[in-house]
Amino acid sequence: MNIEVLVFYFFAAITIIAAIGVISVKNSVQAVLCLVLTFFSAAALWLLLEAEFLAITLILVYVGAVMVLFLFVVMMLDVDFAALRQGFVKHLPIGLLLGFGLFGAIYWVIRFEIFGSEKVPEPAKHEQGYSNVEELGRLLYGEYFYPFEIAGVILLVAIIAAISLTFRGRRERKGQSVREQHRVLKEERLKIVSMKSEPIKQGDDA
Amino acid sequence: METTLSLAQVITNINHDFWPLFPELFLLSAASILLMIDVFSVDMDRKLSYNLAQFILLVTGIIIVFQFPTSQDFLYHRHFIHDPLSATLKISMVVLTSIALMFARPYILQRRILRGEYYLLHLFSLLGMMLLVSGSSLLSLYLGLELMSLCLYALVAMNRRDKLSAEAAVKYFVMGAIASGFILYGISFVYGVTGQIHLADIAAFLNDNEASLTLRFALVFIVTGLAFKFGAVPFQMWVPDVYHGAPTSTTVFLASAPKVAAFGLAIRILVFGFAGVLVDWQNLLIILAVSSMLVGNLVALAQTNIKRLLAYSAIAHIGYFLLGLIAGNTQGYAASLFYILTYAITALGGFGCLIYMAKGRQEVDRIDDLKGLGQRNPWAGLLVSFLFLSMAGLPPFVGFWAKLEVIKAVLNVDGLIWLALVAAFMSIIGLFYYLKVVKVIFFDKAEVETRIRAERSLRLGLGITSIAVIALGLFPTQLLEFCQKAFQYI
Repeated sequence: MNIEVLVFYFFAAITIIAAIGVISVKNSVQAVLCLVLTFFSAAALWLLLEAEFLAITLILVYVGAVMVLFLFVVMMLDVDFAALRQGFVKHLPIGLLLGFGLFGAIYWVIRFEIFGSEKVPEPAKHEQGYSNVEELGRLLYGEYFYPFEIAGVILLVAIIAAISLTFRGRRERKGQSVREQHRVLKEERLKIVSMKSEPIKQGDDA
Repeated sequence: METTLSLAQVITNINHDFWPLFPELFLLSAASILLMIDVFSVDMDRKLSYNLAQFILLVTGIIIVFQFPTSQDFLYHRHFIHDPLSATLKISMVVLTSIALMFARPYILQRRILRGEYYLLHLFSLLGMMLLVSGSSLLSLYLGLELMSLCLYALVAMNRRDKLSAEAAVKYFVMGAIASGFILYGISFVYGVTGQIHLADIAAFLNDNEASLTLRFALVFIVTGLAFKFGAVPFQMWVPDVYHGAPTSTTVFLASAPKVAAFGLAIRILVFGFAGVLVDWQNLLIILAVSSMLVGNLVALAQTNIKRLLAYSAIAHIGYFLLGLIAGNTQGYAASLFYILTYAITALGGFGCLIYMAKGRQEVDRIDDLKGLGQRNPWAGLLVSFLFLSMAGLPPFVGFWAKLEVIKAVLNVDGLIWLALVAAFMSIIGLFYYLKVVKVIFFDKAEVETRIRAERSLRLGLGITSIAVIALGLFPTQLLEFCQKAFQYI
């Protein structure tokens, strides 16, 4: 057993334990920290696959930016966890049954004979001087430029949507619709009351 | 995958022909320019933004017509497909979006959701749909789908102060995210088994190899995701709530163009990619179609809210529409395309008439609100009842031909005659609630006597959809041939 396998099992174990921690710890801040640990150990696994750039990006972007934001949100939101946990024990059997059922089904179709290490061999090691970043750039701007640009548009739309949904400037306009005013009928604005005509009394007109 | 290319070689390799992508490129750049114009515009009524948005749609439509392809080409490293089907779908989506904006303009003008972004999100959503229908790899299909859905989530949530609208937005977002997750999960299995993301390569793989259990499992996930997007039973729970809660102007859009795009997605994945396992997805779709027709029509009978009634009718229509796909041949696909196009037009008018009848900020919600429309405005009453009769599938309206075509397509397949019978029976049940609406329009006494004063664009929108329904009903062959031509390369 070489050192690489040892490192793999070490980080794989941490990933699984931390992932279980995310959904099982009581404190939500701790859950987020567990998620950070999951990402961190997953990044270490990627390093073993020689995907250095992706591993570093995972840590920088997910751990550094996204998870910190997450932490802020979790701390600021006042989530009533007691209410969330209500009925947990009652629904646990059904949940476990469904969960294990689904797990069994998925395991059955992706079991070892289908996705085992004989079927999907380990990727070949690259020689020295191989640059991950260069290869990524080549793929993203070469073969995959079209989906890559669409992803860019999606980000643009996300910005537009987020701003237009959270914008709290003046929205209440007190405008008038000229067309509507033109199309008003006399009956809607003018009330004609029929009255008995009476002669003007003398002396009152002063 | 050529990993040995040097950087210089990569740069010289970029000699793509961007003419086929020109409609999308134009729409993207014009929408981005419109975004900037809208930011600096002082026009409080956003009339400029609206007019420019319509102008952009017009030009995009003209470009697509102008470069209508006569062959099937795979471009940009085979992520993009340029064929008559994509152009047909694109033209119809541009037209549908344009009419939806006509309905939206007066609606949002009177409410607090008048923003330039409202038009822009329509444009970007249309862009997503256009990319979606010409995606030829699972990656570009998925990205197009996300671009479209993201805009729709925002459009549903636009009326922030309204509780129903916020609820609808959350439901739509969560359901949409789950559906996307299902599709992605399925795609990951497909990639795991075949090692391909291009539809043509997957089709080739299925030609050479027996489809494994894993691949079929992946197909279940993908079809489930598609059913979510279509709103087919048993994944229909979000449809009534979203259609009801969203601003009516958004519902108009939601019920029309995205359905056409979803049809494109289904055709690309099922027919272009998974034609080799036709029997598998056929059986899945049969379950979806029968339950959609059943639940949609039966639950619609009990509705008193007109928006929910139309939502359940939409579910039922998805059931009929799936019949064409189930047939599994070119004639069936063309019938499905015909069905979804005519349904989209009818749904535009059907939801649009609710905006047409709304007075000020009041919403038309109950079926009873349509009472006496025939007396208050006989023309409008007639046009609206055309739409409902077409949805019911009565001749001479186009809905009749659409139903006839899909049922004919199923009848031609051996062993599926029972399905045609179910469809015919269900449309008889459906007749009841559509005719109820028509009865309310013409034979019930109006609760309010005020005249309907609708904006010009509303009258235009209602007129176009309603007259299209009757005109296409009288001359259905042109559109049908147009639909059949779209499938000449399958």
